[in-house]
Amino acid sequence: MSIIYLLITVSVIVAVIFFIAFVYSVRRGQYDDTYTPSVRMLFDDELVKPAKKNPEIQSENNKIQ
Amino acid sequence: MENCYHCGDACRDTTIVRKDKFFCCQGCKMVFDILNENELTYYYDLESTPGKSPLEIAGRYDFLDNQPIIDQLLEFDEQDTQIVSFTIPHIHCSSCIWVLENLNKINPAIKTAQVNFPEKSIRITYNSSEVQLKELVLLLCRLGYEPNISLEDFNKKEKKIDRSLIYKLGIAGFAFGNIMFLSFPEYFEVDEFWLHQFKNMFRWLMFAFSLPVVFYSGRGYFESAYKGLRSGILNIDVPIAIGIAVLFLRSTLDIIMDWGTGFFDSLAGLVFFLLLGKFFQQKTYAFLSFERDYKSYFPIAVTQLMQEEDGESAFAKAKNLSTHEQQTPVYELKPGHRILIRNNELIPTDGILKEGTALIDYSFVTGEAVPVSKVLGDKIYAGGRQQAGVIEMEVTKAVEQSYLTQLWNNEVFSKNKATTFENLTDQISRRFTIGILSIAVVATIIWLFTNPFTAFNVFTAVLIVACPCAIALAAPFTLGNMLRIFGKHKLYLKESSVLEQMSHIDTVVFDKTGTLTTHRQNLISYEGINLTDEEQTVLTSTLRASNHPLSRALYDMLQDQGICTLDEFDEHTGSGITGSRGKISVKIGSPTFVGNQAQMNPSTNTQVHISSNDQYKGCYIFYNNYRDGMQQLFSNLNRTVQLVILSGDNNGEEAFLKTQLPANAILKFNQKPDDKLQFINRLQQEGKKVMMVGDGLNDAGALAQSNVGIAVSEDVNVFSPACDGIIDASKLMDLALFMNLSRRSIRIIKYAFVFSLFYNLIGLAFAVTGNLAPVVAAILMPLSSISIVVFTTISTYLIGRKITP
Repeated sequence: MSIIYLLITVSVIVAVIFFIAFVYSVRRGQYDDTYTPSVRMLFDDELVKPAKKNPEIQSENNKIQ
Repeated sequence: MENCYHCGDACRDTTIVRKDKFFCCQGCKMVFDILNENELTYYYDLESTPGKSPLEIAGRYDFLDNQPIIDQLLEFDEQDTQIVSFTIPHIHCSSCIWVLENLNKINPAIKTAQVNFPEKSIRITYNSSEVQLKELVLLLCRLGYEPNISLEDFNKKEKKIDRSLIYKLGIAGFAFGNIMFLSFPEYFEVDEFWLHQFKNMFRWLMFAFSLPVVFYSGRGYFESAYKGLRSGILNIDVPIAIGIAVLFLRSTLDIIMDWGTGFFDSLAGLVFFLLLGKFFQQKTYAFLSFERDYKSYFPIAVTQLMQEEDGESAFAKAKNLSTHEQQTPVYELKPGHRILIRNNELIPTDGILKEGTALIDYSFVTGEAVPVSKVLGDKIYAGGRQQAGVIEMEVTKAVEQSYLTQLWNNEVFSKNKATTFENLTDQISRRFTIGILSIAVVATIIWLFTNPFTAFNVFTAVLIVACPCAIALAAPFTLGNMLRIFGKHKLYLKESSVLEQMSHIDTVVFDKTGTLTTHRQNLISYEGINLTDEEQTVLTSTLRASNHPLSRALYDMLQDQGICTLDEFDEHTGSGITGSRGKISVKIGSPTFVGNQAQMNPSTNTQVHISSNDQYKGCYIFYNNYRDGMQQLFSNLNRTVQLVILSGDNNGEEAFLKTQLPANAILKFNQKPDDKLQFINRLQQEGKKVMMVGDGLNDAGALAQSNVGIAVSEDVNVFSPACDGIIDASKLMDLALFMNLSRRSIRIIKYAFVFSLFYNLIGLAFAVTGNLAPVVAAILMPLSSISIVVFTTISTYLIGRKITP
């Protein structure tokens, strides 16, 4: 049953690691703006664009996408 | 009529067609071209008509050539990496985020650009050896995203965001979870061999977890309780601090003496719930600022005209006084300096007009929609926006001493309102704390005679269970919820204490211009001889050609009357315009310009006079346009509060206002900014709780002095003076309802107090009988907290539904 010492130690260490991750993310300002990233993540795919095309067709394509 | 592909406005005067798309002006077309060239037309696919027509920018950002000013604006400056942040009020949709974050496609010298949407700001990293800050700003302007660079940005200190509440909450939550998990085995106390073996380790681990909760997360309560006691107030933090301290000491003693497991999980849970309430109450509107003063609207620098004295002889000096322009930070302006104000620039200080014709829009200051004309030698006051071309003026006062800005020297601006107000929770807590302490003492004395050992237990148990967790949570959750509900309906309050103050208001003071009247539209009526159809057409066409704000307003009203091509058009700055076609020639402008000496209308309203073929016809009179539903608002408010109207204007509209107002309302005219402040101060000395509703910078003093200062704003993103709350102009008519709801929320808090006292009584019953086991406390305390949260959330939701969207 002395294994419980190890188990408790490990679980506390895991908890502390998550806690440190939390503090780190707050300090980096990751929670300062919670809205913009939710919009930004929807853009990424559209950034890659076929080179020089007729802009009208281009925008038509985008609408279909 | 087509709508502009870029900005969505109707293409009225000119329609530009490009690639099958319609544009209302060259500006919009140019933005489209820039985006099209750089393959950024995805901008228009994300949202339709996301753009804004770029404004004329010539010379407006010349101050960005000035290195000391740039240094003040940059957040970071090292070799080839520069970081700058701007506030851009126009940011409003996902297209905006996308195009601004792809600025590097247009100019590769921009390394990254990151938008913070709720704050409507952008942070740009760029290389100053390849692109100057000025070019960067001009690029933003050309795209229609004009950054707001004001005096406030000057000398901007490193922004310090206080995140300590999140840390405290995180630590408390972390410890709460872990302690609960460690205390579980002993709650189901079974006489078990292994449990006895590890009991001590579990207990000391719980003790270790509780240390940061008490000494870091809970520190604020001790500090606040100490401060309260020192100033002789028994605030709610006193019983909380006692509760936390007793919980910790009793639990520590319990495990040292091996009396029991202690109350560590109740302790961590208590602190966690309390901080959660605090966090919830802290609703902030990132895009709004309640602290603005004139600095947010004033430019950083103006164009100063320097006279070069390069000639050797006095004669040369007199003849060739060549001037050159220089960008001077406004703080360095001194009386005697000559400055140049371009079209659409703000006048930073008082001065005398030396050259050009001034047409100044004081809507920021007074709320008055119609611009004021000034002629050479006239005094110009700070805060106005020049509307017609370039003017030169001589500075007569330094920026801090101008008529407008010296208002901020009043001590009312350095006072913190919140500290002078005892809130409902603290009022209750005063009696509560005394009650609890006496119960604890009485119960202990009684037990001392029967069983001295239990006496200590009872004493601590009473203090633990009576810890007013639920009471402390009632107000934050109710007010926090109402704050959100109000925010959804466009009344943005600075903090929850404002809502509580609102419920006590018995006098409401309104500003007139800009608050009861609208900024945007004027009511225009015509007085005089009727014009023939032909004359109307020529008149409309002449107005169309002019850029004067009064002409634009008149044209907007008359545009349906058809237009024709004019044979002749002439603009006489400062007096009026002329236009002719065929036999008809019209003159529009001041009475002297159109040749009307006889009939001088004594009315105080703005007028535009018309004559046709040198025969006086009549004039258009601009009236203040009162908001709809004003009378209804007044009669609703009058049921509960005294109404006052303070106006900076003359009493020209007194008769009309009297018909709108209830009989007992007070009307005051010709009130200077300082008079308004003093008037409110006098009301408060009579014991009145005053709400000020105003809009312009001239109301700033009154807003700060009043118990609750509400700024009315047509566009909450753009303008509002310092205040306790900002209300969208379209919701002003619901003010009576908002006040009613604030009173109801206070009633909810009172019910919640009764509710939580009930829990406290149950707890006390356990405590005084000496039966408070840790497991009972661990169930009772979170249960009371959660039920209070549920109760307040549901009740606020129900009363919040009363507001019609």
